[in-house]
Amino acid sequence: MTYFADVAALTRKDLLLELRVKETLPSMLLFVIATLTIFHFALPRGTGDTAALGLLWSAIVFTALLGLTRAFVAEREQGLFDALVLAPCDRSAIWLAKSLAVLTFLVCAELVALPAFEAFFSGLDGRTIAAVALADIGIAAVGTLFGAMAVAGRARELLLPLLFLPMAIPIVVGGVGGYLWFLVLYDAIFALLAWAMFEYVVAEV
Amino acid sequence: MRRTLAARSAAATSALAVVLLTLSIGLIFFWAPTDADQGFSQRIFYFHVPIALTAYVCFGWGAWKALRVLWKRDDRADVASYVAIHQGVVFGALTLLTGSIWARASWGVWWSWSENQLVLFLVLFLFYCAYFMLRFSLEPGRSRANMSAVYALFGVVLIPVSFLAIRLSQKFIHPVVFNSHGPQMSGSQFVTFLVSLAGMLALFATLYQVELAGKRLDASLRELRELLV
Repeated sequence: MTYFADVAALTRKDLLLELRVKETLPSMLLFVIATLTIFHFALPRGTGDTAALGLLWSAIVFTALLGLTRAFVAEREQGLFDALVLAPCDRSAIWLAKSLAVLTFLVCAELVALPAFEAFFSGLDGRTIAAVALADIGIAAVGTLFGAMAVAGRARELLLPLLFLPMAIPIVVGGVGGYLWFLVLYDAIFALLAWAMFEYVVAEV
Repeated sequence: MRRTLAARSAAATSALAVVLLTLSIGLIFFWAPTDADQGFSQRIFYFHVPIALTAYVCFGWGAWKALRVLWKRDDRADVASYVAIHQGVVFGALTLLTGSIWARASWGVWWSWSENQLVLFLVLFLFYCAYFMLRFSLEPGRSRANMSAVYALFGVVLIPVSFLAIRLSQKFIHPVVFNSHGPQMSGSQFVTFLVSLAGMLALFATLYQVELAGKRLDASLRELRELLV
């Protein structure tokens, strides 16, 4: 039970921090709207809904990337990682809490992005919305782990897209095709792997 | 003593690689029958597929060594994992190249998105190239060994997941040589294929040992230099 209490406390910390600083979420919102606007001008007139739907998925992946890049910046810059690692909690709780925070930001961004997409381009069916929700879980799970790896290096912001985008290709395939079972499979496999591996990523020395 | 043993093993596998690859070239060009459908260009199959399978072996071996890093805290396995993945990227690039040539010869295009294996190798190539970016942006030490190992393990899980994804995403036009009924090849084709595969694996074993020995030597040299300074 203490495990979930730890996760709740850590998630609350991230959300509270965001509520006070208001840095990540506003930039994600602006980014996703700007991207959709660019797509409107990039698509030739009369392109079908399928093409627009494909662009929705690129917009989601890149917006998520924007949020993930910021996810561990405070931890690194303020030296918070050392404190978190020293704290008497399971290290995977840090990952789970951060993933939940990232997931919250992503869902908030999409609460704006999906209606905007519907207004700009075409209507969305329930299947697509379910696919987006499932994809968010996978993106948050894998992205948080890779985000923690990327901030440890010298390249930082540069590194995360390189690490994350190849991992996101199956998500895009599952999302565009509407293969919900595949997204569930992806989420289960990689969330479990990330949960088990996070400990090694933050273990210093 | 151990070093001489390693040197002998490397010499043995390199001799084996030379013999097998020479034999396979002979078999490919003079013994294997010409494909009725694709003609002479089909012979690249005996290079392309063994190289691709060897790349998978490299990534698998790298992941196994990565598991040893995390599980047994084996510091020597870190370099071994890196070297195996390095070889895997080299074989992966060769797979992309030979696959591209084959696509050009038999379909008239350099790149075909409907060829599953090629697309999969592109994804893997992108993924494992980022492995080097990650590794070289970190300071050497346990933390780097751990992160490289975690990434290598993600890679080996990504292979089947990506394969499934790519298969979902497109229809098949790739010739399927292996299916649930076993290899769809005649006896002489299959023997040629196996010899070529064994040759490629021996080549990997040789390159792996040589590069690993070089890296180990480099590390000991560094240690000695630090002792002197």
